[in-house]
Amino acid sequence: MALVALLVTLAFAAVLGVLFSRSTDALAHAGWGFLTGSTWDPVAGAYGAWPFVFGTLFTSFLALLLALPIGIAVALFLTELSPRWLATPLGVLIELLAGVPSLVFGMWGVFYLAPLLRKPVEPWLAKHVAPIFHFLGGLLMPLPLLGPTLGVWLDVLFTGPKIGLGFLLAGVVLAIMIVPTIVAISRDALLAVPRLEREAAHALGATRWEVARNALRSAKTGVFAAGTLGLGRALGETIAVTLVIGNVAVALPKLFSPGQTLASTIPAQLPEASEPVFVSALIALGLVLFALTLLVNLGARLVIERPWRKRA
Amino acid sequence: MTSLWRKAKNHGFTALAGLACLVALVPLVSTTTFVVSKGAPALSWQFLTGTITSADDPASGIGPAIVGTLVLVLVAVVIGLPIGIAGGLWLAEHGRGRVGYAFRLAVDAMAATPSIVVGIFVYSVVVLAQRHFSALAGGLALAFMIVPVVVRTTEVALRAVPDPLREAGVALGATQTRTLFRVTLPAARKGVVTGSILATARVAGETAPLLFTVAYWQAWAYGLDKPIAALPTFIFNSIQQPAERAQQQAWGAALLLFVLVFGANVIVRLVTRARSPRP
Repeated sequence: MALVALLVTLAFAAVLGVLFSRSTDALAHAGWGFLTGSTWDPVAGAYGAWPFVFGTLFTSFLALLLALPIGIAVALFLTELSPRWLATPLGVLIELLAGVPSLVFGMWGVFYLAPLLRKPVEPWLAKHVAPIFHFLGGLLMPLPLLGPTLGVWLDVLFTGPKIGLGFLLAGVVLAIMIVPTIVAISRDALLAVPRLEREAAHALGATRWEVARNALRSAKTGVFAAGTLGLGRALGETIAVTLVIGNVAVALPKLFSPGQTLASTIPAQLPEASEPVFVSALIALGLVLFALTLLVNLGARLVIERPWRKRA
Repeated sequence: MTSLWRKAKNHGFTALAGLACLVALVPLVSTTTFVVSKGAPALSWQFLTGTITSADDPASGIGPAIVGTLVLVLVAVVIGLPIGIAGGLWLAEHGRGRVGYAFRLAVDAMAATPSIVVGIFVYSVVVLAQRHFSALAGGLALAFMIVPVVVRTTEVALRAVPDPLREAGVALGATQTRTLFRVTLPAARKGVVTGSILATARVAGETAPLLFTVAYWQAWAYGLDKPIAALPTFIFNSIQQPAERAQQQAWGAALLLFVLVFGANVIVRLVTRARSPRP
């Protein structure tokens, strides 16, 4: 058994090693420009992966923004607020959401959600919400440092060709896919809050909601873990995103524009990659994605465990 | 007055949280009805057993893809489950020190590894070396995804076994190993089985690890060292074709995959009657 443990650890290290060694061709070819360059043109030998990194971060944070409030609210409802007879079946249904294959979510996104976004949703947002952000962007632009960048970002946020496929759809589909993760972990964190704490609050005359809010405050580390694990899942999701994002490299946060992520580029381009450098560049995308998810997970671990703080 | 306000807030937020539950359940209902309504018309005996030919051939079906998915899952289970369960056993029984911490870290990182990364890892190691796609490569990629899930669920299940049970085993004169296999593991059987089934169902529906390990293949399975058809790769290929019948077939196959994966989840929840605990 110890042997197996060693084997598994080695297998994991092997992933890192193999991906790195297969990436060296492309990384040597493009240097740091691999991360910062914004031109990805394999025919011309240009490998700048910034639009993919951007697309990954943009869609994932969008998903987190949508899924975290809903996930926390669901967890609160299940553990604290709902009638007891409702909590069990509701919890099972939410867990079942995780049992839908990502391929099915992707197909549903393309054939059901995308037409909805194309017709009423995106034009409506472009008409009524875009002007507000245009105005806010104009306010930020004259500010120093990040002002101009953020200003432009807010200005373009609710723009794009409005074809349904794109960043917004990817963000929504990802949000749906990470809700069960966020619910499960937040719920465990809430359940770990000592019963005595709840009883004390009730005894002081707190309402159900006030007790729940207190429990949430005590469980905040666990909720943070739920968020980061959800984010980690969103970063690496491949098939659903490949189907719904439209596969065009775009490095501006335009919600209604098609885009591309690290994960979605690999299945979209590897079948056509014949040059060894091209293959190597696509594997390097995988390496960057892997590094990103590891960073998120290890970062979360550090925050949760606080190893620098001495244990009593 | 204040008390009225607090009561109103209590009801308001409870309603809001309930609403969030409804919002979260909409996609579940919507995907289920959508995949059933789109896929059901495509299903027929001919479709389930026929060979994969071109989309405009009325006799074509998805037989090889069904067989292929079963073979891939079997390979993944045979490789992944023993490793996962052994890893979980080790963690539960010996994983308290620094080494255990390091292993747990590796397992967590493995669980967080994006499926496409697993796919291109196996592609880099097996496919590029062998210069051809194979069922074995696909099964390995799926096994890689089974292991961390099974390790964690096995560990949790074993940890839940009360220590006095272990002590009783040792007190009766059994060795540590014998106690583990004859007392602790049987007591934790339910959790281990549940975790294994859920992990298996999850990888059965995975597409990304298969794209570059088994690729897209149409023929019946004819060897582990050979390329193999699979439901996810068939669906992913067909849904991107413009022909109407190709898309119909993709939806039919998607319904089957959905029933397989989702059905396993439903059955496990019903059988174990997993109750949502309340404080």
